[in-house]
Amino acid sequence: MFEHAARAVEAALAAGAAYADARVVIGRSERLDAQDGELQAARSSVDAGVGVRALVGSSWGFAATSALGDDAAAARAGAEATATAKASALVPGRGLELADVPVVEDSYETPHAENPFAVPLEEKVGVVVGATQTMRAVPGVAVATAQLLFWDVEKWFVSSQGHRIHQHLVESGCGMDATAVGEHETQRRSYPQSFGHVETAGYEMVREADLPGNAQRVAEEAVQLLSADPCPAGELDLILESSQLALQIHESVGHAVELDRILGWEAAFAGTSFLDLSQLGSLRYGSELMTITADATIPRALSTFGYDDEGTPAQRVDIVREGTWVGVLSGRDSAHLAGVEPGGMVRGDGFNRMPMVRMTNVGLEPGEGTLEDIVADTKHGVEMRTNRSWSIDDKRLNFQFGCELGWEIRDGKRTRMVRNPTYTGITPQFWSRLDRLAGRDEWRPWGVPNCGKGQPMQVGHTGHPAAPARFRGVRIGVGG
Amino acid sequence: MQPDTTDLQQLADDAVALVAERGRAVAGDATVEGIVRATRTRLGVTRFANSFVHQHVGEDTTEVELVVAVDGRTASTSTTRTTAEELGELIDAALASALEQPVDPHWPGATPPAEVVGASRFDAETAEADPTARAELVRAFVDAGAGLDAAGYVDTDASWVAIATTAGQRAAGASTRATVDGIHQTPTSAGSAHQTSTRLGDLDGARAGTIAAGLARDAADFDDLDPGTFEVVLGPEAVATLLTFFAVYGFNAKMHLEGASFVELGAQQLDPSLTILDDPEDPRAVGLPFDAEGSPRRPLTLVDQGVSAALAHDRRTALRAGATTTGAAIPGGESIGAVPLNVRLLGGNRSREELIGGVERGLLITELNYVRVLEPKTQQATGLTRNGTFLIEDGAVTRAVGNLRFTESFLEALAPGRVRGVGADDRLADGEFGPGMVTCPSLHLAAFTFTGGARG
Repeated sequence: MFEHAARAVEAALAAGAAYADARVVIGRSERLDAQDGELQAARSSVDAGVGVRALVGSSWGFAATSALGDDAAAARAGAEATATAKASALVPGRGLELADVPVVEDSYETPHAENPFAVPLEEKVGVVVGATQTMRAVPGVAVATAQLLFWDVEKWFVSSQGHRIHQHLVESGCGMDATAVGEHETQRRSYPQSFGHVETAGYEMVREADLPGNAQRVAEEAVQLLSADPCPAGELDLILESSQLALQIHESVGHAVELDRILGWEAAFAGTSFLDLSQLGSLRYGSELMTITADATIPRALSTFGYDDEGTPAQRVDIVREGTWVGVLSGRDSAHLAGVEPGGMVRGDGFNRMPMVRMTNVGLEPGEGTLEDIVADTKHGVEMRTNRSWSIDDKRLNFQFGCELGWEIRDGKRTRMVRNPTYTGITPQFWSRLDRLAGRDEWRPWGVPNCGKGQPMQVGHTGHPAAPARFRGVRIGVGG
Repeated sequence: MQPDTTDLQQLADDAVALVAERGRAVAGDATVEGIVRATRTRLGVTRFANSFVHQHVGEDTTEVELVVAVDGRTASTSTTRTTAEELGELIDAALASALEQPVDPHWPGATPPAEVVGASRFDAETAEADPTARAELVRAFVDAGAGLDAAGYVDTDASWVAIATTAGQRAAGASTRATVDGIHQTPTSAGSAHQTSTRLGDLDGARAGTIAAGLARDAADFDDLDPGTFEVVLGPEAVATLLTFFAVYGFNAKMHLEGASFVELGAQQLDPSLTILDDPEDPRAVGLPFDAEGSPRRPLTLVDQGVSAALAHDRRTALRAGATTTGAAIPGGESIGAVPLNVRLLGGNRSREELIGGVERGLLITELNYVRVLEPKTQQATGLTRNGTFLIEDGAVTRAVGNLRFTESFLEALAPGRVRGVGADDRLADGEFGPGMVTCPSLHLAAFTFTGGARG
C-alpha cells in the first residue's frame, strides 16, 4: 500500500505541488443497535481508498478516490489535488509553509486484548438485546436502546519528505439509554454516558462497562425523573460528574484552543475563538486548579495513536497550566504560521476527507479527594450527571448545557433528585470558579465519538479525561 | 457529464443477483431478500477564510450499500470496494451476520416494484464543475465586501444512484446541488448569505457577497440587549432551523410510534397561517424522486393550515403503523426513523419590509447557531443568534444588537395566534444542518424568549 500512496504523491509533485502527502486508508466498522429487547440493526462497513493532499502557494488541494489498488487512479488523484490547489490562485493569500517534524518510517498498533470483530456475533447481540430487555421491563420505560460500536482502521501514510508510517487503530464503544415518556415530556438516562462511550481498546472495554449490570438502575432513574421536582434556579454551586465535565472541556476549552479556529480558518461554519494569540502565555483561563493537557499517548483514551495524519508523532502538550493559557492544538501549517511547535493534532475522517486540526485527549489533570468529599463540602448546590444537551456560541464563550439528572445538595447531603437540570456561563468566568477537583482514582478517559467539524463534515473521535469537579456560584436552572 | 446511471444499475443488478446466488448457497431453502443501493458521489468544495481560498477538496467515490434478510433476519453493510470478488465477500459476510441475528420484527421485506414517476434534477454543468468554476464564485463573493474579511464555501455535489431489490424494484436517477454560503466580517460583527440550487449557474457570488457585507457593516456598531421575551422576525435560515427540528423529531413516524414526537394528528398545533409540505415535486427541490429503500417519494402535507396532518414513513414505520410508506426512508433509518427531505413551508404575501413594519419592538434575526433540543416532545431548544441581529422599534430597524442566547419551545413559538406574518421570500435555506433540505420564508412571531447575551 505504501507504493500505491507513493504513486499519488509522485503525481502531485510532478504536477507542481511544493509538498504532497497521501494516505491509503482501509477502515472497517461494526455497529449493533437493539431496542426494547429486539435487535434493531446490525450494520457494518468497509471504506477504502486513497486521499492525496497537495500544497501550492497559499492553498491545499485535496483529492480522493475509492479506486484502491489502481495505481493510475491514485496518480490521477495526485494530479487532481495539485490542479485543485492551483485553481485556488484565483483567490490567493499568504503562502503556507510547514513546520519541521521528524521524518520517520515507523508503525504503530493500538494495544488491545480482544479483537472486537472476532467476538462471536451472538455474544455481542446478547449484550445489547439483554440490556434493553432489562430496561424495558421496568414499568414506565417506553423506549430502551443499546449500542455496540467497533472500528478497525489501517492507514499507510507517505509524504514527499520521506515519511512512511503504517498504523492499525482499534476502537471499541458501547452505550445504552432508557426513555420514560410522560404526558408532556420525556426523561432519559444513559450509561456510561450520552451517545455511547468509546476507547482505543478491544472488546475488553465492553465487558468492563457491564451494560447488563447497570440496566436496571438506569431504567429506574429515567422513570423517577418524570416525577422529580424541577431543578432549582439561581446562582448555586455546581458539581459535575466526570462525563459531563468531559463535554464541558470539549466545548469550552478543546474547540477554543484549536489553532485553525483562532486563525479564522473555520470562521464561517464552526466559528472562531475568543482567544487571541497575543494572549498566549498570559491569559487567565481559569482557577489555579485548572491544568489542561492535550495528550495523544494516554492508554485507552479515544484520541491515542502513534502519529497524526501529517506524520507528526503523538505527544503531550500543555494547554492550560494552573489557570494560564499556554498552548494550542495545531498542525504543521498552522503551527508555522503561529510560530509554535506542531502538536500532532491533524487527522481526517476516512480516506476521502482532508485532515484538519482535531482535538487529541484534551483533559483536565486530576486534583485530590473524591466526589463524595466534594458533596460533603457543599452547602447548597446541584450535582449534575450525564449530558442531555449542549450549545455554545461561535467564539466558544457563551454555553448552556442540560443534563439528564440532578441532585440538589444541602448542607453536604443529596436531598432530592431534580429533573431538567441546566446551567449556563461564560467560559473564563466559569473556569475561574473551579474550586474542587477529585483525584486520580475518579479520573476517567471519556471519549466523544461524534465531534462534527469541517466542510464537508467530518466526524472526529476525541478524548477528554476528567474527574468530578465543583464550580462556585454558577447560573443554574435556565428556563424559557 | 450526463445523468446516465447504466453502470450503477448494472452494479446494483449484479449485487442483487449475487445476494440470491450466495443466499441459496449458504441458506438453502430459506427466504433470502436484499436491497442494494449503488451510489457514485462527485463532490467539490472550495473553502475560503481570511478572504482567500485555503482548502479546496474533491472526491469521486462509488459505494454499495446492502441490506440482506434471511428468513427475516437482517444485516446491513456498505463498502467502497466494488469489484465482483469484493462484493461477493461482502455479501457472504452480510449473509453470515444475518443468519446469526434474531428475527427482525419490523423487517417489511424487500421493496416491491413501484413506479417512480418524478424527475431527477440533474444539471450537467454542475456535475462537471471544476475547481476554477467554484473559485470564480468565491472571487465574486470576496470582492463584494472590499475591506472586509470573508469566509465560507462554494460546493458542487453530483450523485448518481441505482437501487435494485430481490423483489423486483428498480429505481435509478441522478441529481445535482450547488451552494454558496459565506460571511463577511468586520472586527466586531459578521453578516451572512446563502444560496442553494440544483444548478451552479443559478448562483450569484457577487449578490451573496453584497448581502453578507451589508449585514456585517450594519451590525458593526452594536449594543448588548438585556434578555427577555421579544417579537421576532426570523429570516429564512432561522426558520429553517425550526423546521429541521420539526422534521427530525416531530414528523418522523418512528419518533411518533415511540411517543417522543409532539405531533397530534388532526390537532391545531401550529398557527393557521402555516402549511408545511414534504414536497419533492417543488421545482426547486434537491434530491431524487425515490428514497433509500427505492420507494417513490410522495408529496405530503405535514401541516395543513396549522393542523398536524401526516407523518413521514418509510416501509419499516409503515408496517408498524399500518400505513403506507411516503418515500421518506434514509440510510440508517432502522435507528433514526423516516425523515421528510424536502420540507417546504409555504410562503406568504408579506415583503421583508412589511414583516419588519409590523413589529412594535422586537428583533430581526438572520440565523440561529448551535441549536440543540432540550426536550423533544415540547421542542424546547436553546441556541444563539448569529451573523446579524438587529433591534426593531416602531416598525423600523433602529440599531444592531449583540448576539443573544434563546431558550424557547419551537412548538409554542409557532402555536396558534403566535405567527403575525409569513414572508413572500421563500427559498432553499440552510438551517445549520446542511443545504437543500428546507424551503421556507421569513416569519414574524409574537414572542421568542432570550435568556442571555452571548457575552454574559
